Amino acid sequence: MFHEHILSIILFFPLAGAILLMLLPGGNTNLIRWTANIIGFAGFLISLPLVFWFDSSIGDFQFTEKVDWIPSIGASFSLGIDGISFLLIMLTTVLGFIAILCSWSSIAERVKEFYVYILILQAGMLGVFMSLDFFLFYVFWEVMLVPMYFLIGIWGGPQKLYAAIKFFLYTLVGSVLMLLGILTIYFWNHSQTGVYSFDVVTLQNLNMPLNLQLWLFLAFFVGFAIKVPMFPFHTWLPDAHVQAPTAGSVILAGVLLKMGTYGFVRFSLPMLPDASRDDRIVTAMVTLSIIGIIYGALVSLMQKDWKKLVAYSSVSHLGFCTLGIFALNPNGLTGSLIQQINHGISTGALFLIVGIIYERRHTKEISEFGGLSTVMPVYATLFLIIAMSSLGLPTLNGFIGEFVILQGAYEENWVWAAFGVSGIVLGAAYLLWLYQRTMFGTLDNPENKVLKDLNFREVMTLVPLIIWAFWIGLYPKPYFTILEKPVQKIVQRVRPDYYAAKEYVPPEPIAEANTEGAEQAAPAAQ
Amino acid sequence: MNFLESIWLIPLFPAAGALIMLLFGKKLPNKIVSIICPGSVLISFIFALGAVMQLSGLAERRYEKILYTWLPSAGFHMANGDMSRIGADWGFLLDPLSSVMVLVVTGVGFLIHVYSVGYMGHEGGYYRFFGYLNLFMFSMLTLVLGNNYLLLFVGWEGVGLCSYLLIGFYFHKKSAGDAGKKAFVVNRIGDGGFVLGMFLILATFGTLRFTSVTEQAASGHFSIGDPVFTLIALGLFVGAMGKSAQFPLYVWLPDAMEGPTPVSALIHAATMVTAGVYMIARSNVLYTLSPDAMAVVASVGAFTALFAATIGIAQNDIKKVLAYSTVSQLGYMVLACGVGAFGAGIFHLMTHAFFKALLFLGAGSVIHALSGEQDLYKMGALKNKIPVTYGTFMVASLAIIGLPPFAGFFSKDEILWLTWNSSVGISWLLWMIGFITAGLTACYIWRLVFLAFFGKSRVDHHVEHHIHESPKSMTIPLIVLAVLSAIGGWIGWPAALGGSNRLEHWLEPVFEPSHHILAAGGHAAELAASHAQEYMFMGLSVAVACFGVFLAYYFFLKNPAASESLATNFSGIHRVLQNKYYVDEFYNKYLVEGFCKGGGNALWRFDSSVIDGGVNGSAWLTRLFSRASIWWDTWVIDGFVRASAFAVRVLSYPVRLLQTGLVQGSALFILFGILIFMSYFLLG
Repeated sequence: MFHEHILSIILFFPLAGAILLMLLPGGNTNLIRWTANIIGFAGFLISLPLVFWFDSSIGDFQFTEKVDWIPSIGASFSLGIDGISFLLIMLTTVLGFIAILCSWSSIAERVKEFYVYILILQAGMLGVFMSLDFFLFYVFWEVMLVPMYFLIGIWGGPQKLYAAIKFFLYTLVGSVLMLLGILTIYFWNHSQTGVYSFDVVTLQNLNMPLNLQLWLFLAFFVGFAIKVPMFPFHTWLPDAHVQAPTAGSVILAGVLLKMGTYGFVRFSLPMLPDASRDDRIVTAMVTLSIIGIIYGALVSLMQKDWKKLVAYSSVSHLGFCTLGIFALNPNGLTGSLIQQINHGISTGALFLIVGIIYERRHTKEISEFGGLSTVMPVYATLFLIIAMSSLGLPTLNGFIGEFVILQGAYEENWVWAAFGVSGIVLGAAYLLWLYQRTMFGTLDNPENKVLKDLNFREVMTLVPLIIWAFWIGLYPKPYFTILEKPVQKIVQRVRPDYYAAKEYVPPEPIAEANTEGAEQAAPAAQ
Repeated sequence: MNFLESIWLIPLFPAAGALIMLLFGKKLPNKIVSIICPGSVLISFIFALGAVMQLSGLAERRYEKILYTWLPSAGFHMANGDMSRIGADWGFLLDPLSSVMVLVVTGVGFLIHVYSVGYMGHEGGYYRFFGYLNLFMFSMLTLVLGNNYLLLFVGWEGVGLCSYLLIGFYFHKKSAGDAGKKAFVVNRIGDGGFVLGMFLILATFGTLRFTSVTEQAASGHFSIGDPVFTLIALGLFVGAMGKSAQFPLYVWLPDAMEGPTPVSALIHAATMVTAGVYMIARSNVLYTLSPDAMAVVASVGAFTALFAATIGIAQNDIKKVLAYSTVSQLGYMVLACGVGAFGAGIFHLMTHAFFKALLFLGAGSVIHALSGEQDLYKMGALKNKIPVTYGTFMVASLAIIGLPPFAGFFSKDEILWLTWNSSVGISWLLWMIGFITAGLTACYIWRLVFLAFFGKSRVDHHVEHHIHESPKSMTIPLIVLAVLSAIGGWIGWPAALGGSNRLEHWLEPVFEPSHHILAAGGHAAELAASHAQEYMFMGLSVAVACFGVFLAYYFFLKNPAASESLATNFSGIHRVLQNKYYVDEFYNKYLVEGFCKGGGNALWRFDSSVIDGGVNGSAWLTRLFSRASIWWDTWVIDGFVRASAFAVRVLSYPVRLLQTGLVQGSALFILFGILIFMSYFLLG
């Protein structure tokens, strides 16, 4: 029972938790906090069995559940995961708990509602990654906007309403176009087979004409590119991040953005393989990705607001993810998927770092800080590790993702990789400069002199992410194993002849005819 | 005990030290810290020594220990269309080349750790310093012991991070933070080239493992001059330019002197900066397969050597002089690699590690004695006040200028001689540059010696009576390094002088394939030349060094007025040299301010006005449209509705008059109605 319905249990647990929270008396904030944290942690624990049960040797979806939902239109409640969604689900449950934990003292008003929204959001995100029914997927995709809208709009900063509405409407525009795309595929499938179905697996195996695929690709593209966000659809992101409460930013950067890249990998590529490998599309997507990488980094460099800097760095990092996807080879895709996890870890942690200081000082202006490592050494150390993970220092996670993505890009075109590499250089520049301006220097602002270092709870929000970062950096093999089959399936669909190449055998040395003569002429042979 | 089995432990001892410092360092007393951290390096040194001894007993003189597959491959197409699935291991390789490196790194590293116990004793953040230093040792040992390019890159970036942290150790100083950031970012530019080089290696050989890459490249399937090797070699060389401070990426190294002096000695002289040279030597086969790349490497090396030496002459900060000297000496090593004399390059790397570490530590001892003074013109006549420092510094100064039988003589001489005899088209010019640089080297180092230790004291009055010799923990490393600087070169005693050049023979298995390639391509150094020629070159080297010392003696000790008049007569040149050819200013103006900040600002304005302006504009348009709709709705659509209502109202006016609401009235109307109906029926 537990094994067969594990996905439903993981999915509905946060909702059940939200209902439980609603029943608690609103005045007792401590009780609410404890309950919410326990629910959050339990939500993570419940997802843990997946780690043991997931079988990476299976290429198809696992833990599938299917119940008819609206039979008349062919929509069903259908769940299932493969390696790609498995990793993203684990990321969601971990970050979900951390988002709850980091809000303990920063959220003082309307506490109950806050946690309820976070838990609903959690369920929505999990649903997106689990759905194997396009209709169900769309429902979760839209449902998730609502709690996020309230999180920004109620607990946000000074311009919260502007940011919340911008976030909601901008993403909605994309979603609507995506819905048109979904419906087009749905009706095309019906016109061919006479069956109404939203089943993802069925729709992934259609062979639509190229022209139709191109239009559909554009429709999906708008939806996903806004979510990622790809240049030039990214401007909702800095506003949303700067205004959102820390928990909102962590989830927004850590999980929400991944829905865009997930959409490309799960839907655009396998459903529209001919369009995805079309030269025009690939060129356009790669160009936008590269612009995003360099543009995001350069714009980050000049930010005066700490949180905005991190937000723009997301644009740059997500550029790597989309670059990897549209390299359309195993390395590019694997790297991209690992980098999506990495970005969740590193950028999530960077937002926690900003949140911690914002809670103490109520400002995010970089110029307000300097010399913090004198008063907050633990904070400074953890920040350094996270900054290094974000800028791709080997032995930490970011390097693995970036290297593999760039190798994938290089395989297709060395120019792509060369541009990507320049993004890595700039990444070091903006992060180190940020670190220098905040942590190094003299502690001259009197308000900073009395800052307290991290408490145990704050350390515990960061430590799991740091451990995870080292794990991926030092022993990424399990991730490659988990992703191998699903990536292979996608590559096979988009480039059917890719795996037909023969295995490389290193050449046998040719025996040199004139070895002795050569040896005599060598400079060192005396 | 099988030390070879446990070479993977060598980097882990200092890593454990670093981890202890990170977790508990703050609570540990300094004494414990001074045992744990240098102790961990000593253990590494012992393990390294044991492993090298056992290695010399192996027939193949190569030992590889693979721990696990670190970065598996998802499978990729190589340049020839084949599919490779080889990943990168977390594995270690001990061969003659890495054994030289690992001994130099752990040996010199240990001495500098001991020195730091005395030097940093009064500083805050003692545990932090040693934690970083141990982390550095971990990275550096991973770099030299890694069995593939990717693991080398782990160490490569790791040492960069430690360099960043240690340069910025005095983080409250803005200049220190700036210098650290500069070092990291400039190195990252180099790393970009390195990464691209690695991708090309993967595309060509399908693997990053040294042994496999070397075997394939030397297998005879590739022709000399194949452009792929030029690209690989140059890509990797960009990385080496960053790490080993070659023109034009050398700019970070002089600034790195902001860090504590032991750091300058360990990282920015003896070990980290030689990583680029090590990497080129490690890739010797790839380089020799591309004569074009070799020519570039040799030229960059020679140019850097001369360029930095000229700057070194005009610097007044004792550490800056040594910093430019390091850049210049690294140029020699790179030059050696470029002419195919990899063994000589590694030899010079080793002797340089001894004497340059000694020079820096000696300088540190001087600075320590003078309570932090670094300006050469505020020193003088120190030789009797700090005799141990003076004596050891003299040894190092003799070693660096290449006077026999000190260490530098053998290595530098071998480089110059092999350069002359190399097949690079401009070998005479390269030799000439190296030769002039040798003279300049003697001149700037002895200028430093004369200004600091001889002549009249120019020390500030209040500092004067504080001058003291350094504690034992500092002087003992100085003495050990002085011994090494004196006799360390004997390991490469040339055959011409009746020696057997043991180092060259020890390294032979590593460089043998490239010697074959050079021979096959007709590019081998033509060493048919007699010993007589070798003697002549030795004589020339010694002569130019003596001349350099004489110039320094004349201008900076005997007749200081002459140097001043020289500086005023050639004030233009002097200013250019003193300002390091304005390279930093150039970079700052065009790359930092212009490209990064200017570009960043322009894009930021573009982002907020154009792109976000577009978004907000569409919102504004929507609102405008919505307002127009409201107007239309209110006045046209609803106007029509209201107008029709109005019309009804107007038209119904007469009828409404009848609707009085009074029952009597209604009854009356009903009555009327009944009457009308009745009359209709009755009359009809």
